[in-house]
Amino acid sequence: MTKHVPAPAGSGDAAAGAAHVPGQAGGGRRPRPGPRTPAQPPNSVPRALLRALPVGPAVVLMLLFLAGPIAYCVWIAFTDLQLSGQAESSFVGLENFRTAFGDEGFINAVWLTLVFTILSSIVGQNTLGLALASLMQRASKAVRTVTGAIVITAWVVPEVVAGFLLYAFFRREGTLNSVLDWLHLPSQNWLYTLPILAVSFANIWRGTAFSMLVYSAALSEIPKEITEAAEVDGAGGWRKLWHVTLPMIRRSIATNLMLNTLQTLSVFGLIWAMTRGGPGDRSQTLPLFMYEQAFKNSLLGYGTAVALLLLLVGALFSLVYMRMLRTEV
Amino acid sequence: MPTSTLTRDDPPPPRSPAPRRRGRFARTPAGRKHSRRLAADLCLLLAALAFVLPLAWLVFSSVDADSGLTARPPTDVTWDNFDAVMTTDITFRPLLNSLILCGGATAVTVVAAALAAYPLSRYRSRLNRPFMLTILFTTSLPITAIMVPVYGLFVQINLIDSMSGTALFLASSQLPFAIWLMKNFMDGVPKVLEEAAWTDGASSMQALVRVILPLMGPGVVVVTIFSFIMMWGNFFVPFMLLLSPDQMPASVSIFELFGNMGSVVYGELAAFSILYSAPAVLLYVLIARRLGGGFALGGAVKG
Repeated sequence: MTKHVPAPAGSGDAAAGAAHVPGQAGGGRRPRPGPRTPAQPPNSVPRALLRALPVGPAVVLMLLFLAGPIAYCVWIAFTDLQLSGQAESSFVGLENFRTAFGDEGFINAVWLTLVFTILSSIVGQNTLGLALASLMQRASKAVRTVTGAIVITAWVVPEVVAGFLLYAFFRREGTLNSVLDWLHLPSQNWLYTLPILAVSFANIWRGTAFSMLVYSAALSEIPKEITEAAEVDGAGGWRKLWHVTLPMIRRSIATNLMLNTLQTLSVFGLIWAMTRGGPGDRSQTLPLFMYEQAFKNSLLGYGTAVALLLLLVGALFSLVYMRMLRTEV
Repeated sequence: MPTSTLTRDDPPPPRSPAPRRRGRFARTPAGRKHSRRLAADLCLLLAALAFVLPLAWLVFSSVDADSGLTARPPTDVTWDNFDAVMTTDITFRPLLNSLILCGGATAVTVVAAALAAYPLSRYRSRLNRPFMLTILFTTSLPITAIMVPVYGLFVQINLIDSMSGTALFLASSQLPFAIWLMKNFMDGVPKVLEEAAWTDGASSMQALVRVILPLMGPGVVVVTIFSFIMMWGNFFVPFMLLLSPDQMPASVSIFELFGNMGSVVYGELAAFSILYSAPAVLLYVLIARRLGGGFALGGAVKG
């Protein structure tokens, strides 16, 4: 529609400038009341730049502090850069990666990271979050409010504080063992015998609220008629869950699994506060391994190579997550 | 407001359909519903108990004169632990550092995100989609993984141990998510109002500041508080990028109290943990309701 308007207007007041214009170019330069339509190609580039200007600060910040380090990461992962004393580093190709895959410590860290991620994020946070959310749908209001508040508080408390709380909880003389004693069950020094289990439970304690919130939102969007129809057809609790509820919230499940996994992959403070990766290296997941190599052993290049691998895994998950969300962009 | 009351009133519906059912089914489902509710309540209370135990330890031992590692009601309630940690070195300077660091970074994040969200939300461009996809991709990258190279980079450009450098990094790491949220909130503001402002001769920046941002006030508050809470709890970034003890924010300085494991005064650690966590928890309470309202609003506009 607006495409037709400029032409008469342009020729109308072009009495002075008609001589030198091959049509729209001259008219388009004047400010006119219809600048919101992408009509004139000649001045659309400067205008697009002007319009995009506000994005500038954000882009500069992200290029400097996010893209820069990632590029730098890719570069020094292939060098033998060390933290102290070395004047210059040299390019060593894939040496760091070769070292990593032959390094028992690294393999150990990969396994522990897998256990930690599967146990705490995929099994723990996800399932418990779904269970809590669906129980909340049926529970009375008071119970729902109290439980929600407690679980969310565990989530909002800063990471390091959560670490200390669970350190106290799992210690030999801590709360868990008192409860077990009271129940006449065997107690043990959890942080020493099963450190990876303890930190996994800590991550469940801390992260379940997020899944709970995601699933509460998803479950409340299932129309009542559908679940009631299933009930009338005689579907019991589990069958209803499997055939009705889960298929209807599958997008939320996928999103939640992805986000939980990404978050869990990069947990550092929680484990650091609880065990520092110990005893020995029995709770040393990849982020802690990376830290130790880079700073305790001063092998910045090697630590970065490990970081790059972690980043790649994260990027892979992130891409999958994006594919799932692509309709919403 | 109306949206929040709508969601608040959600519970009644499950009860009301029961009587409407056909006669022969009337009693059983209602009875089953009742016992199911009871079972759900019990399960939830059990879960709540498990979740509350570590928190109970925190509260109990912070006021216990003789606190150990087990959660138990204090026999001797005292404020000594709080008195002991309420000093410049232990509490006030780290909290002030946290405030400066996270406050500054949040301000940068929110301003940059609001500016960036404006063209993304208002103008059509072929670049919008790739840009938003990149943003989405970046939101889920593990920031922990790039901390080693960031450390290396900060050493090279001499930004290591600088509050402003650390704040800028924190701001950038939070930016992708802030832009994403801000853009979605901004999409909810009708364009008509802003076009009216344009007709009255306002520039687009004036429209942004005078019309759009006030209209999406709750959204801006959510982005601000959410970013702040995330940074307030962040341990790894200041732990890596700051070196001198008198610049350390509370998330790092708390380890001083923890000291060498074993010789810890648990009561004081608990007291300080409460002081340090309180702002995050209180701010969350502040937006919890708006978060619900805001998301409900977004859904209403979209759907």
